Amino acid sequence: MVKDDLQPIEAEPRKGNSLKFVIGGIVIVAAIIYLMVSSLQANVQYFLTVDEVLEKQNSGELTGRNIRLSGAVLGESIQYDMDTLELRFTIVHVPADIKLVEDEGGLAAALHNAVMDPTRSQLEVVYYGAKPDLLQNEAQAILTGELIANGVFEADELLLKCPTKYEGSVPDQIES
Amino acid sequence: MVAEIGFGSLFISLVVSIYGVIAALYGTSNHQKKWILSAQQAMRLVFPLLTITVGSLIYLLINNNFEVVYVSKVSSLSMPLYLKITALWGGQSGSLLFWSWLLAGFTSAVTIKKWDRDQDLLPWVIVVGLGTLTFFLVLNTFFENPFVRYWQVNQDIVQSFSQPAGGFIIGPRNGSGLNPLLRHPGMVIHPPMQYLGFVAFIVPYAYAMASLITGRSDDRWIQLSRRWTLWAWLFLSLGLILGARWAYDVLGWGGYWGWDPVEISALMPWLSGTAFLHAVLIQEKRGMFKQWPIVLIILTYNLVIFGTFLTRSGLLSSVHSFARSAIGPIFLVFIALTFIASFWLLSSRWDKFKSRQELTSFFSKEALILISIVLLMGMLATTFWGVIFPNISELITGAKVTVGPPFYERVAAPILGGILTIMVICPLAVWSYVSFKHLGKLLWKPFIVSLFGIVLPILGGLTKVPAVIAFWLVAFVLAVNGFELVRRTRLRRKTESESFLEAVFRVFQRNKRSYAAMIIHVGIVFMALGIIGIEFFQTETQGTLAEGQELQLASYTMEYEELQIFDTPDARNVARAVVLVKKDGEVLDEIYPRRDFYYDSGQPVTIPGVRSTLVDDFYVILVDWKAVTSEGATFKVYHNPLVKWLWIGAWVIIFGVVVATWPEKKYSMAVSKNARPK
Repeated sequence: MVKDDLQPIEAEPRKGNSLKFVIGGIVIVAAIIYLMVSSLQANVQYFLTVDEVLEKQNSGELTGRNIRLSGAVLGESIQYDMDTLELRFTIVHVPADIKLVEDEGGLAAALHNAVMDPTRSQLEVVYYGAKPDLLQNEAQAILTGELIANGVFEADELLLKCPTKYEGSVPDQIES
Repeated sequence: MVAEIGFGSLFISLVVSIYGVIAALYGTSNHQKKWILSAQQAMRLVFPLLTITVGSLIYLLINNNFEVVYVSKVSSLSMPLYLKITALWGGQSGSLLFWSWLLAGFTSAVTIKKWDRDQDLLPWVIVVGLGTLTFFLVLNTFFENPFVRYWQVNQDIVQSFSQPAGGFIIGPRNGSGLNPLLRHPGMVIHPPMQYLGFVAFIVPYAYAMASLITGRSDDRWIQLSRRWTLWAWLFLSLGLILGARWAYDVLGWGGYWGWDPVEISALMPWLSGTAFLHAVLIQEKRGMFKQWPIVLIILTYNLVIFGTFLTRSGLLSSVHSFARSAIGPIFLVFIALTFIASFWLLSSRWDKFKSRQELTSFFSKEALILISIVLLMGMLATTFWGVIFPNISELITGAKVTVGPPFYERVAAPILGGILTIMVICPLAVWSYVSFKHLGKLLWKPFIVSLFGIVLPILGGLTKVPAVIAFWLVAFVLAVNGFELVRRTRLRRKTESESFLEAVFRVFQRNKRSYAAMIIHVGIVFMALGIIGIEFFQTETQGTLAEGQELQLASYTMEYEELQIFDTPDARNVARAVVLVKKDGEVLDEIYPRRDFYYDSGQPVTIPGVRSTLVDDFYVILVDWKAVTSEGATFKVYHNPLVKWLWIGAWVIIFGVVVATWPEKKYSMAVSKNARPK
């Protein structure tokens, strides 16, 4: 007799043995939930604005914490040392509240206002690595890293967005 | 004129699809077949109508009609023809239109089949298909119209589709051009694949809903949608892989996957879709857990819409997201409505879909598949939680938080390990019942072979325990599959006098689906190998070199030869470094890491030079150079072991799905025996 693997070998289901499958299922689900919760606690990053970082830095609650930070890049501050790959620039406070950004006329306008306003709070950023293509004046920088000294942030991840490059309002060169 | 044709056709298709939904509902509630047939005609009509719309937009793109706002934003004079055409999906409104067009194509194709046996399902498939299409057409017609133009009214420039009072059309001389990052072959085909995958999953969902509404609890809806599901899964997989490949080739950070929220939003329907495919198998073979496929396809459908929503709502900051838009809330309402309606339907039919069978053994095939479904869903829950947790946390505590790649990696690694473990046992398990003893008999030989997967890496100097376990599991899965193939071939040869190779082929042919699954799983394991390689063993270095200087990484040496700077006809300025890759003093290859500067958009793109082998990739990025003096250039260098297997695995999976969906040859056993050559 050739036994085909795909042929079900029927066995009478015994009553009451479904309990072990329920327990097995619960164990697996519990393991996944434990994995999720413990990983989450270990890896939550605080998303802060420049204002919030400057406000909280003296209390010491930010030391050693992984922070995600966003702000507008100040173009004239960008310094790059090709030999050490040390990149330094300054970011300017941009409100995190979407409503405030909309009130200023969208992200592009909010970034522009931030860079033009000398009264806004600023933070110095250090990053070691390749200089990203999109790092330019009025770009939105989203940084991940730690505060290494008062007013200095060391980023180990650098994400940049130039809103004007994607969908601007009206192109510059218009002709009738 | 062309814009008017395009928009007119778009509007008509919206009307037709609304009509189709109403006609189908009316026809089925009054048992009037002519209304259902009329709805079927409507469903066939939307595809040609939308083809006219898409054709019009492509015409405008090709002819540089920059007075159309969309054209001026995604196209420019210097772009080559194929990029002008593919700019169709390069921006928000165009890509939504493209989405609708594909959906119309699929729903039209569904209506072409003969519906004799399934007349009762037809009206509901139409309602779901055209209902979804209507939603997207409403977005395209009223909120994201790709045919909006620039008008000058007095001194102001107004964006509008129809002519404002006293306005006349004006347009810029040149467009701002497609985002240079998107000008890559991978990027040209990645969105269509992704969309095809998304859209094709709507078909099985439509069948599932039709089945629920009519109360047909048999397997018919699954049989009807099986090919759609497989192709949907393949396209979605390809979309993900092409996206990864694009990131690896263009984004220039040495990786392929960044747990970016938009990547995750494409991964989520893939996870639930994969779970769906497996749940379907249990229902077909054992008639068990019939509610599971329905739950999973509802989830997949909603995650498809959710993914489309995430990329278009401006909710997320990511490389993928389009500009902020007003369509976010409408999406959420649509998702909420379909989600609640689907689950309400399911709960009202819950008892009908109950099965009498019960699980009997942990090592039966259905139990193992069930566990892998739970693991996939665990991964899905994790990714979903990671994406929405920041929003929830902000609501409750007011603190803005995010979760980064480490969170996902920590959860994903054990889950991937669990899935690989199941892939070891599953090919040997049988449906219904199997004892551990029986499994052990089949497992011990592959187990011994798989020990090579431990010994070889350790001899190679590997010390990381998780990596050793991962390699061992990969070797084990491959060994199990190899032994199974040989064992079944032997079994066949006991009764048939065939050569070994012919027997292998016949075994495949007789049980195409199960072997196609085997091929696909081997592809998955290859991909796992690539992921393990780059995740555990990637190393990097950087340095500034003068011409002729060298830099070392892993067992390789790179030598910087020279820098070439030149303009290209398509308005790029290319700075290209010539780099020699050497090993033990011998030159292996010449690679060209480069930086392209696009004049029209004023944006540079960094493209790495890669020497790729089965063992490892040597990946060099040109970071910067001293322009005038040409005294040196800065490089960032990555050594990525085994990453090529990620792409090889993808090809294997494609092959597997083609085998699985290849049209069945109908022949009886007798014929096949007679036809067998002597």
